[in-house]
Amino acid sequence: MTDLTSLTLAEARKGLAAKTFTSLELTDAHLSAIEAARVLNAFVMETPDQARSMAREADAEIAKGDAGPLAGIPLGIKDLFATKGVRTTACSKILGNFVPTYESTITSQLWRDGAVMLGKLNNDEFAMGSANETSCFGPVANPWRRDGSNATLVPGGSSGGSASAVAALLCMGATATDTGGSIRQPAAFTATVGIKPTYGRCSRWGIVAFASSLDQAGPIARSVRDSAMLLRSMAGHDPKDTTSVDIPVPDYEAAIGQSVKGKRIGIPREYRLDGMPAEIEKLWSEGAAWLKAAGAELVEVSLPHTKYALPAYYIVAPAEASSNLARYDGVRYGLREQGKNIHELYENTRAEGFGAEVRRRVMIGTYVLSAGYYDAYYLRAQKVRTLIKKDFEDCFAGGVDAILTPATPSAAFGIGEKGGADPVEMYLNDIFTVTVNMAGLPGIAVPAGKDAQGLPLGLQLIGRPFDEETLFSLGEVIEQAAGRFTPARWW
Amino acid sequence: MSVDAATVRRIAHLARIAVSEDEVPHLQGELNAMLAFVEQLSEVNVEGVEPMTSVTPMQMKKRLDLVNDGEIADDIVANAPATEGHFFLVPKVVE
Repeated sequence: MTDLTSLTLAEARKGLAAKTFTSLELTDAHLSAIEAARVLNAFVMETPDQARSMAREADAEIAKGDAGPLAGIPLGIKDLFATKGVRTTACSKILGNFVPTYESTITSQLWRDGAVMLGKLNNDEFAMGSANETSCFGPVANPWRRDGSNATLVPGGSSGGSASAVAALLCMGATATDTGGSIRQPAAFTATVGIKPTYGRCSRWGIVAFASSLDQAGPIARSVRDSAMLLRSMAGHDPKDTTSVDIPVPDYEAAIGQSVKGKRIGIPREYRLDGMPAEIEKLWSEGAAWLKAAGAELVEVSLPHTKYALPAYYIVAPAEASSNLARYDGVRYGLREQGKNIHELYENTRAEGFGAEVRRRVMIGTYVLSAGYYDAYYLRAQKVRTLIKKDFEDCFAGGVDAILTPATPSAAFGIGEKGGADPVEMYLNDIFTVTVNMAGLPGIAVPAGKDAQGLPLGLQLIGRPFDEETLFSLGEVIEQAAGRFTPARWW
Repeated sequence: MSVDAATVRRIAHLARIAVSEDEVPHLQGELNAMLAFVEQLSEVNVEGVEPMTSVTPMQMKKRLDLVNDGEIADDIVANAPATEGHFFLVPKVVE
């Protein structure tokens, strides 16, 4: 039954409805695949008993004929989402053995629609990283390798476990989160589809917070259609998140196959970086040509403040993180390291519980918010953010429907290869994705080709606020032209 | 701008993270690399620009001033490292 894992979510839904197989069979096939792929380290917690019991319930619903849109579909959940009764750690030692007594809004909506939880997926500690190397559970392996090489590559981050598991056929889709590129960059590194919706589209309630004004959840899946199906269940208004927006959730799947004739696609000249690999440049032109062939119109656009997005992000995100992570005090939950007094208890707990990258960001955030530096750093960064958003607004006001860019400046790299000496080297991974978070816009990464070493590369489409539908329509055009990519199994 | 060793110790204390003396030079280097990277923002003309407060143009929603949750003290202390009844235990703070 292992071939059941190679179905797309849309195909599995058909098979379940036609009773070709049951959710229990589909779930068991995935549980076996997970067991056989432990070397990837994509899952940090497997929940086979819960998975089987949810699958049996789904089968009963399907038999009754009143199944939800995701009935019986086995999914992986990033360990940033609180799951009731199932350990949730954000892959940080400081949360230790935290077992939530509540369920995140997004996962509760997935279960409402009938989905099955296979387990919790690895990620960078508190979602801070671009290679899934900062997790307290160790790095995740990318199922993709360079042609003729055995070297283990990173799956990207922070949603590295989600991307790796979806690419390796361990789950039919996964939840993920994106603060500066954490859905789109790992999707590009693993030939999967990842969408970060508009800020406010999905509830953040019950997701471990990193940078609240930038964090947004979304799915990683194996096709554009699958990602549209998942987003429909994940999105929606939640009174428990005051930044979630009260507008109806469209049937995103209906956007698949819609004509893109006459859509104006902006090609931003500032994304053409000095020293950009020729194959990325080529991929970008190919993507533009595919959209043009489908009837879209290409226009060169300018987003003049692009180069300032990443430095502004590295003020805003750490500042918000330092404030959000103040809650880890060794008193209310998680790890506690003793001290002579309460201050030592705090300091020892946080020194022991946070990894190096998290400590560094909390400290930078503390510094830029501290007396005397707030105006020079934080306030200035928030002003620059206004300018970045205005660049996009001007572009959309000029009649542009979506913007096409590369998703990442390179293909996946080796474990331990980047950021060892200078943290900024790792941060540059997010150069094409971070602008989208700064402006709160939706962005989708779609697999578009391979580099000379056989590694996947992705393209990114950026849309108007709450116009995810256009991204799905355009994304599917790229998918149709580029085809889908599956890694050769070595694990 | 860059930070010296004393500033690194002061930030660590503000962030409530214990830092040993031999970690200071390394942290100082990393923090200064990040500060050097963000330095380019000083080139941007932000004269008259409003700082962003909300990325989506919406009014902050306000909840009704009503109790709508509670009576879950067991849940609140369920994950605490040290408790007594429904209280969190900490080292003595008042002599």
